[in-house]
Amino acid sequence: MVPKKKERCVVNESPILDIQNLGHAYGDYLVIRDISISVMPGELTALIGPNGAGKTTFYNAVSGRFRPSRGRVFFNGTDITGMAAHKIVPMGMLRSFQITNIFPNLTVVENVLVPLTLHHGRGFSLFRRLSRHAALFDEAETVLERVGLADAAHRPAHELAYGDKRLVEMAIVLARQPKLVLLDEPTAGMNPEETDRMIALIKELAADSGTTFFLTEHDMKVVFSVASTICVLHQGKLLAKGDPGAIRSDPNVREAYLGGSIDD
Amino acid sequence: MNKTPYVMALLLILGVPFLLAAPAFLPLYWIMIMTEVLIMGLFAMGFNLLLGYTGLLSFGQAGFFGVGAYTMALILSHGGTSVFVSLGAGVIAAMVTAAGIGYLCVRRDEIFFAMITLGFGMMLYTVAHNWVELTGGSDGLPLMMVPPLSLFGYEISLFDPTQMYRFVLVMVMIGIWILWRIVRSPFGLMLTAIRENKERLSFVGADVRRLRLVAFVIAGGVAGLAGGLFGLFNAMATPDFMHWGFSARPVLMTVLGGMGIFFGPMVGAAIYFGLEQVITHLTQNWMIFLGLTLIPVVIYFPKGILGSVVAWSRKRKNAAS
Repeated sequence: MVPKKKERCVVNESPILDIQNLGHAYGDYLVIRDISISVMPGELTALIGPNGAGKTTFYNAVSGRFRPSRGRVFFNGTDITGMAAHKIVPMGMLRSFQITNIFPNLTVVENVLVPLTLHHGRGFSLFRRLSRHAALFDEAETVLERVGLADAAHRPAHELAYGDKRLVEMAIVLARQPKLVLLDEPTAGMNPEETDRMIALIKELAADSGTTFFLTEHDMKVVFSVASTICVLHQGKLLAKGDPGAIRSDPNVREAYLGGSIDD
Repeated sequence: MNKTPYVMALLLILGVPFLLAAPAFLPLYWIMIMTEVLIMGLFAMGFNLLLGYTGLLSFGQAGFFGVGAYTMALILSHGGTSVFVSLGAGVIAAMVTAAGIGYLCVRRDEIFFAMITLGFGMMLYTVAHNWVELTGGSDGLPLMMVPPLSLFGYEISLFDPTQMYRFVLVMVMIGIWILWRIVRSPFGLMLTAIRENKERLSFVGADVRRLRLVAFVIAGGVAGLAGGLFGLFNAMATPDFMHWGFSARPVLMTVLGGMGIFFGPMVGAAIYFGLEQVITHLTQNWMIFLGLTLIPVVIYFPKGILGSVVAWSRKRKNAAS
């Protein structure tokens, strides 16, 4: 049940993210093809698929890491296809990475001050001392409290436990007050306790921060506990899209997913 | 609690009077060595903004150093009467050159960046070497006279090495102060973030190329100031100032003293010239001993001499608290 173009959401609200016929090839090899997904504000969408389905390529093409060979990406109605990341981010779309991507030798609070500085257009402020920008520090504290890292503020980020490092990256992303966040396997490598903490955080943020989350995930427990819409990617194509119930019972999905491991 | 400002204040209160008074109790010969250390230290501190803070290894800094020296020398040998104007023009010329070259370099990383800057540095060297009508070619451009500084009604002759030393000290302190403000600014944080993780930085909305370019221009300007001072000190500008071997000096000084440590390169410069003085009394092949010093430093103290001291004192502080 590949959604046709005309089937994309046609309610009165307009999508925050609208991906049209996205395709990308490395040389002659089409990694992803003809993917159309639209995400409404507030909708928590998860993109799943077996390894090699093209999830990371999809993310990179959407988030501005490279220009996709085919298709268009619209963010809040603006065509951002192939736009550089530093131009997309100020519009309100941010992403995390599958491999933890933080500033390891900076302290936790500095990790958050980096995006905050940019958020307030201070990146080229050359002479006024950073420590005089008290408002930035206050904001950083708020963000760190939000993700539960306030106590670790002055520790170098590389000293933190793995799960906490992933929270640092979450804090980095949240500091820019994003409208849309693309999370690439936010619980990858986490122990069950850390996973639960991350799920709770995502749910909480999705519910009351006005931020829309879109995530890829291989952990089905996570997917079915947070997502309101699930997209299934298989061999570079969108195999199915729907609510968790519909996806669970979709015979194509069951077949693609090794006969039912999707139930766990 | 961040103690750095207090340490800095203490350093200023004790260090500056000591340095200003140094000619009263040190032999002139050592005063001249100190002048050289200050100039090369400033040059290396500007370079450290690229290597230590931003994570960019430039092998062409001597090019900007030379542009500063030649601009200063050209103005003073063509009727210029103000040392300040000629130095300022040197800084501006170096920054403009750095902006043009940097624009082409900052989109590349690591070894590619190093090689492109090396290439441009050598192009500047060739211009200085071969444009004989303007630069005097390999003989260099001598300064027949250096106009005296007139400050508050006093005339200060820079031909007096003691006065030259004090003048250099003040100019270097101004350069250091500017660098200090920059590394502590929000922009300074951006530079460190580039070194730490440029991908994450661009994915929180930073234009990494532009940040790098600005850093490159600033480091070029500092190199231009150091070059102008070095030209005044030697009373000439020569193509050697721009040779890639000269570009290696700030690299060595920074590695010796400590990459990303604010005063590391100045300490590195002091060690470099100190070693040179001590060893050239014993043998002409002092570079062998420089190499013999550098190898254990890189292997056993990868943070550099000052960097290791700083790391050690931090560790002690953490253990105590």
